[in-house]
Amino acid sequence: MAGHDLNATPRLATKAMLKHDNVREVELLLLPERVVLLNKSGAAILGLCDGSRTVRQLVDQLEHDFEAADLESDILSFLDDASGRGWVVVT
Amino acid sequence: MNGTPQPFGLLAEVTHRCPLHCVYCSNPLALLDRADELATEDWLRVIGQAAELGVLQVHLSGGEPLVRGDLETLVAECRRLGLYTNLITSGLGLTESRAESLVAAGLNSAQLSIQGDAAEATDLIAASKQFGKKEAAARIIRDAGLPLNMNVVLHRLNLARLDAIIDVCARWDAERLELANAQYYGWALNNRELLMPSKTQLDQAVGVYERRKAELAERMEILWILPDYYEPYPKPCMGGWAQTALTVAPDGVVYPCPVAAEITTMEFASVRDHDLDWIWAKSPAFEAFRGTEWMPDPCRSCSRKELDFGGCRCQAFALTGDAGRTDPVCQHSPDHHLVQDALVRANQEDGGADRRLVYRRSDSPGV
Repeated sequence: MAGHDLNATPRLATKAMLKHDNVREVELLLLPERVVLLNKSGAAILGLCDGSRTVRQLVDQLEHDFEAADLESDILSFLDDASGRGWVVVT
Repeated sequence: MNGTPQPFGLLAEVTHRCPLHCVYCSNPLALLDRADELATEDWLRVIGQAAELGVLQVHLSGGEPLVRGDLETLVAECRRLGLYTNLITSGLGLTESRAESLVAAGLNSAQLSIQGDAAEATDLIAASKQFGKKEAAARIIRDAGLPLNMNVVLHRLNLARLDAIIDVCARWDAERLELANAQYYGWALNNRELLMPSKTQLDQAVGVYERRKAELAERMEILWILPDYYEPYPKPCMGGWAQTALTVAPDGVVYPCPVAAEITTMEFASVRDHDLDWIWAKSPAFEAFRGTEWMPDPCRSCSRKELDFGGCRCQAFALTGDAGRTDPVCQHSPDHHLVQDALVRANQEDGGADRRLVYRRSDSPGV
């Protein structure tokens, strides 16, 4: 449950690559032998997982970008799931 | 694209040259020489056209792709175009500096093959003494920061060692392991009598797979690629003909799947003569079995036709001589006896890795 630590720093796993697909007009996460179709919020969260900010800072950034409050629990559960799937490494 | 599907994957078979001699090699019976291979600029053009077509992942394969000195150039171009790259390697020829330069160029992932859990297996299956080099390659891949994916082809001669094979992959720190039951095309079809497991062997191996998958769930993803001869319905090969991926052979000829070169009754176009877009969307070979219109019965009237797409065209051709027939693996295929007969023989033989089978096979007509 590393994602629940607001001071932890998430970054995309080495094997994972985010891509905006210009042909299909979708956001994707590319993995070995696998392509994951992301929704807008998933792409936004993963796009900020670059090892440069804490979960707290990531939440603040997205709440600012989406002009929304109370995103914390959704983001935490997404990060939890993403780290469980090996897409994100939280340190 | 007028309803034409967009491919996700490009298998770039950059060479047929290979240090291994696997008994189940999936490359065509007639291998291409170095002189036949596409030049670097051809591959760069192919990669660019593939990206425009919608390809997302490029699998660099062979043969042994590392024999080409221009892999870094190809990987860098893929990275520039936002394509995910995966190196499919035997591990032979992978040095620390080669791995570093590939990663620097943007390589995302590597898949390393082994033939079994020890040197003897590599010798028996691939006529190579280089198992130690594979262990070194696994370490080099991990040290380079790449995810280590591993692949083992399973068959009669190594299924009993599955536990030990999984141990090796876990010890080498693989994060994904494909247990690929042998498929019988080309060279493998020549050795089918030797490689086909018995039902008892398979059932035991499935038990091992399920136990180890649960045990290792936290550290290694294990996949089981079904042995299709033992299935009641065919595999949905490649997600249907010319639907999701394409293969470019070392000489530039483009196929809907890696073994389609064996369908000698079809003409496949080359990137030396045509754009990839035309080959994918318009060439007669790619259109031939796309969708469901081409299907004969029993597929045509079958409720599963959108699930398995009539199975594998290459297998239909290999077993019946007609790529347009229902995959003989299907229990409804009029040619199903071809598969059943092979299974009967596999289950009559005793003793597992009985190498006499090779000699007997080579004495029988039609080999």
